[in-house]
Amino acid sequence: MAIVVDRDTRLVVQGITGREGSFHATRNLRYGTNVVAGVTPSKGGMDVEGIPVFDTVREAVAETSPNTAMVFVPARFAADAIYEAVDAGIETVICITEGLPAHDMLRVYNHVRPRGVTLIGPNCPGVLSPGKANVGIIPAEIFSEGSVGLVSRSGTLTYQIGHELTQLGIGQSTIVGIGGDPVVGSSFVDVLARFEADPETELVVMVGEIGGAEEEKAAAFIDEEMSTPVVAYIAGFTAPPGKTMGHAGAIISGSAGTARAKKEALEAHGVRVGTNPTEAARLAAETVGARTA
Amino acid sequence: MDLYEYQGKQLFARAGIPVSEGRVATSPEEARAAAEELGGQVVVKAQVLTGGRGKAGGIKLAETPEEAEARAGEILGLDIRGHVVRRLWVEKASDIAKEYYLSVTFDRGEKKPLFMFTTQGGVDIEEVAVESPEALAKLHVEPLVGFQPWQARWLCFTAGLEDPDEQKQVMAIVAKLYDAFVHFDAMLCEVNPLIVTPEGEVKALDSKFTADDNALFRHPDVAEMRDVEAADPRERLAREKDVTYVKLDGEIGILGNGAGLVMATLDVIDQVGGRPANFCDLGGGGDAQGVVDALEVITSDDQVEAILFNIFGGITRCDEVARGILTALGQMTIEHPIVVRLDGTNAAEGRQMLVDAAPPDLYVEETMLSAAERVVEVAKARVN
Repeated sequence: MAIVVDRDTRLVVQGITGREGSFHATRNLRYGTNVVAGVTPSKGGMDVEGIPVFDTVREAVAETSPNTAMVFVPARFAADAIYEAVDAGIETVICITEGLPAHDMLRVYNHVRPRGVTLIGPNCPGVLSPGKANVGIIPAEIFSEGSVGLVSRSGTLTYQIGHELTQLGIGQSTIVGIGGDPVVGSSFVDVLARFEADPETELVVMVGEIGGAEEEKAAAFIDEEMSTPVVAYIAGFTAPPGKTMGHAGAIISGSAGTARAKKEALEAHGVRVGTNPTEAARLAAETVGARTA
Repeated sequence: MDLYEYQGKQLFARAGIPVSEGRVATSPEEARAAAEELGGQVVVKAQVLTGGRGKAGGIKLAETPEEAEARAGEILGLDIRGHVVRRLWVEKASDIAKEYYLSVTFDRGEKKPLFMFTTQGGVDIEEVAVESPEALAKLHVEPLVGFQPWQARWLCFTAGLEDPDEQKQVMAIVAKLYDAFVHFDAMLCEVNPLIVTPEGEVKALDSKFTADDNALFRHPDVAEMRDVEAADPRERLAREKDVTYVKLDGEIGILGNGAGLVMATLDVIDQVGGRPANFCDLGGGGDAQGVVDALEVITSDDQVEAILFNIFGGITRCDEVARGILTALGQMTIEHPIVVRLDGTNAAEGRQMLVDAAPPDLYVEETMLSAAERVVEVAKARVN
């Protein structure tokens, strides 16, 4: 098993004829992901490396029965693309596009949630279940099949920690990049709940960063709701308040959202926190070793 | 993007929220002319993107145009919490009978807009929240339903606003503030204080307005309000070159790919006894031009003693970054030692290219930790 994407994933790529969209759709296809369709308005009838392109998501659904959509359309059209996918009955939407207006995401989030749709992102690297499916831009060669779940707000930092885990001989069940924006479709808690329900995932590594209070909420959730152990890493101890550190969501406002506050909250709930990516990977290795010993 | 008080008030006025008439001035002469046009008593207010202006002497009353000119001369050039005053807002003075507080913010935890209203305005709202939480009325708005009139009524009654005439005015302002918040894609619209004059008129005496950078494409008029000269000169240069850069107060210049990895790099530098000079994200690129642009920004900071490249290749290939670094070093003279850590896609090829080219004062490391230790060591060697 794995979470969010696996061998049952049937993917439709929205924005498949764009430069990024076609490149990554093709990469995901070559990895073994079942990419069944693409959508670009007015490009219906074309194909991208054999993937049929449709004008609308409804048409793609009628012809190819996708259950997952990957959004690669430009930021100003991305919210519209998500609404279209949800209307067509898609259960899982993974939005890679960055730069979505925050107010658009407020409306998207509140529309999607009561419909039971899983939305990952925006502004995220996607989801990879090694050996099963890759939906997004995560470089699969860094990761290997295994039983550690990885959830993160950041792309390259996830690769760094995944690489360190792989070097220690620890494979992963699923890697979920939830994105670095102030409002994302799935929070740490949402993804941790999925990992908890996945019998294959024996440990979760959570990679947080400054800004917001989602890591703090995750700390309480881990304590109260999870039997699967969690190891964490938080980036941004040296970040000054009031400065956005690259991600729109990574900003310390007031006294809330500092790396120290997050680390303390996690530790208060019994979660071990690595002070750098190497140490976080080592803590994960120790925990897995202790469980299998 | 944070707006100046007067810019926020301009947007408030467009939404129909009452504000005092005023003029922008960038010199004492302009302040005098503004006071002449406005007539009567005026307030000369420093326009800076930070709080505490009053205590720092950045807000002064003037009875006459001559006085306005003199006060403007005192305020212009003041350093308020690191922000030098270069613009003033001269507005008609208001008599204040009462001071309230009203804001609507983007509550990222609840994923809904949040209104806050209290009749204890004019002070730090965090103080009110701590000392008399019962006086602070807080209410979320359903984004898909939008603001409803009962919400303004609830805020007024809950905060204990009793005067019917004031209630009517505040309720209208609450509705208009929500309009402004949504219409201009704001992350924060704050009025502190919202005043009541002795004549019973309610109006916004100050504004704090934060616009969403991601939505500026919808609001070219708001985008134009950005004061490029207010930023740190290096941050301005970075913006021109499309490099994500934040100036910090240390000696190790840092470049990496991806915001999270760069943040982690800053922390590791700190852990091994160095101080990061900046945050700089190359993003997905690693081509020669991107590297040259970023190096130009980083080396314009005199505090920098040594530079660390921390690259984790994913989509970005390490051999491309290595080529970018070598091309950049061919194009510009860098006097600082450089430590390069390449890992991930094509890392071995990239490292080999750097080792083969062997530029002077360039050190290749394999892990993030060893690279951090090395760059702090070479920086210290330079200082000693």
